[in-house]
Amino acid sequence: MQKSGNQPRPIPAPLEQPIIASDRVPANVGGEQLTETQLWQLLDEVKDPEVPVVSVVELGIVRSIQWLDNQLQVAVTPTYSGCPATELIEQQIAAALMQAGIRDPQVTRVLNPAWTTDWISDSGREKLRAYGIAPPQGSASKMTLLGHAEQISCPHCGSSHTEQVSEFGSTACKALYRCIDCLEPFDYFKCI
Amino acid sequence: MTQQPSQDQALQEYLLRLADSALILGQRLCELCGKAPAVEEEMALMNVALDLVGQARNWYDYAAELEGGQRDADALAYRRDAHEFRNLLLVEQPNGDYAVTMARQFFYDAWHYFTLQALVNAPDERVAGIAAKALKEVTYHLRRSSEWMKRLGDGTEESHQRMEVAVESLWRFTGEMLTADAVEQHLATAGLAPDAEQLAADWQGLVNSVLTEATLSLPPADAWMQQGGKTGRHTEHLGFILAEMQFLQRAYPDAKIW
Ligand SMILES: [Zn+2]
Repeated sequence: MQKSGNQPRPIPAPLEQPIIASDRVPANVGGEQLTETQLWQLLDEVKDPEVPVVSVVELGIVRSIQWLDNQLQVAVTPTYSGCPATELIEQQIAAALMQAGIRDPQVTRVLNPAWTTDWISDSGREKLRAYGIAPPQGSASKMTLLGHAEQISCPHCGSSHTEQVSEFGSTACKALYRCIDCLEPFDYFKCI
Repeated sequence: MTQQPSQDQALQEYLLRLADSALILGQRLCELCGKAPAVEEEMALMNVALDLVGQARNWYDYAAELEGGQRDADALAYRRDAHEFRNLLLVEQPNGDYAVTMARQFFYDAWHYFTLQALVNAPDERVAGIAAKALKEVTYHLRRSSEWMKRLGDGTEESHQRMEVAVESLWRFTGEMLTADAVEQHLATAGLAPDAEQLAADWQGLVNSVLTEATLSLPPADAWMQQGGKTGRHTEHLGFILAEMQFLQRAYPDAKIW
């Protein structure tokens, strides 16, 4: 809708230099000198956006880091086919690497082999528990189709006296449980 | 007389069938957002929908590559018309009451589970990889929908009655899932699609055992079956689904900022 008497908007002067993100990436500030161990430590600082206490390394979704002709290649696997955080995680990994001075890192998505909760590290499991999410119990490879839900310990009081409220929780990777002893509801990071 | 399709063409066609069924069922489930009978059910339905849409995207990506890259996954999902969709008729059926929603889910999940189980061994790395990922998710879907069949079938008098009606009304759409046409037969010989007889036997076996445990009647084996979804002949419902699902992308093609 046009109102009478409106002044036409001033046209901004053309930019002297186009702002293109890739132009602003710093040149390798010693990026290539980072050892593989240092690179893994660097990515261990990138947290999962949905469970911000565990890193993408602890979750086991960073599958490999390698240099290929001066370009750093990072392979990442999604937790679930429809995980809405996948793209954000890939961007955050690239951003962390660029911040460390690595020019144009390539983050690729790999589906095969499919991610399994068996790849969550011990420290990752401990952090999940401390955060109030029961870590996956048992091995995903032994998951049965129509079997009964296993006994899950309450992350708050440790009681194994718990019941499943719903097979699906606040995100695809979790189920909803309730502790019968301390009465707290909690998320369970289910085996997949 | 049509020419025998090349293996890539047949695979591309088959990937669209897998993708379209997953996408349309995902879209149907999303209609229940804000309307599910309980908050836990709502979360479960939306999680299942999300899994299905993610799987659809993986299949579309590969289908688009096989096609030669003229279209991407978004174009396949949002720029095709009803007659170009290859989804099963079952998944486009309306949500109905919760018995219909869960019976539709269960029939599909059982088919999906055994289909993926076969595709995990496909001699094509992409197909096997996407299937292996999806199979983990679908195992949970099937577990949940089987439980609902039993809970409603073997529940109250009313839930039992409603589930009987749901099974009977959806049964005629299960036939096309289990019959292979030329495309699927061609692929099955190459290990790129499940063997139709094996798939039908596995599906029937699981469905019989769950329906029996749910105290529901088994529909007659010779019931009349409606076909057409896999070749683009759909029920009247698909057009309405697409009208809603594709509106934004059709109204604002190639918009980059929403
Ligand atoms: Zn407790």
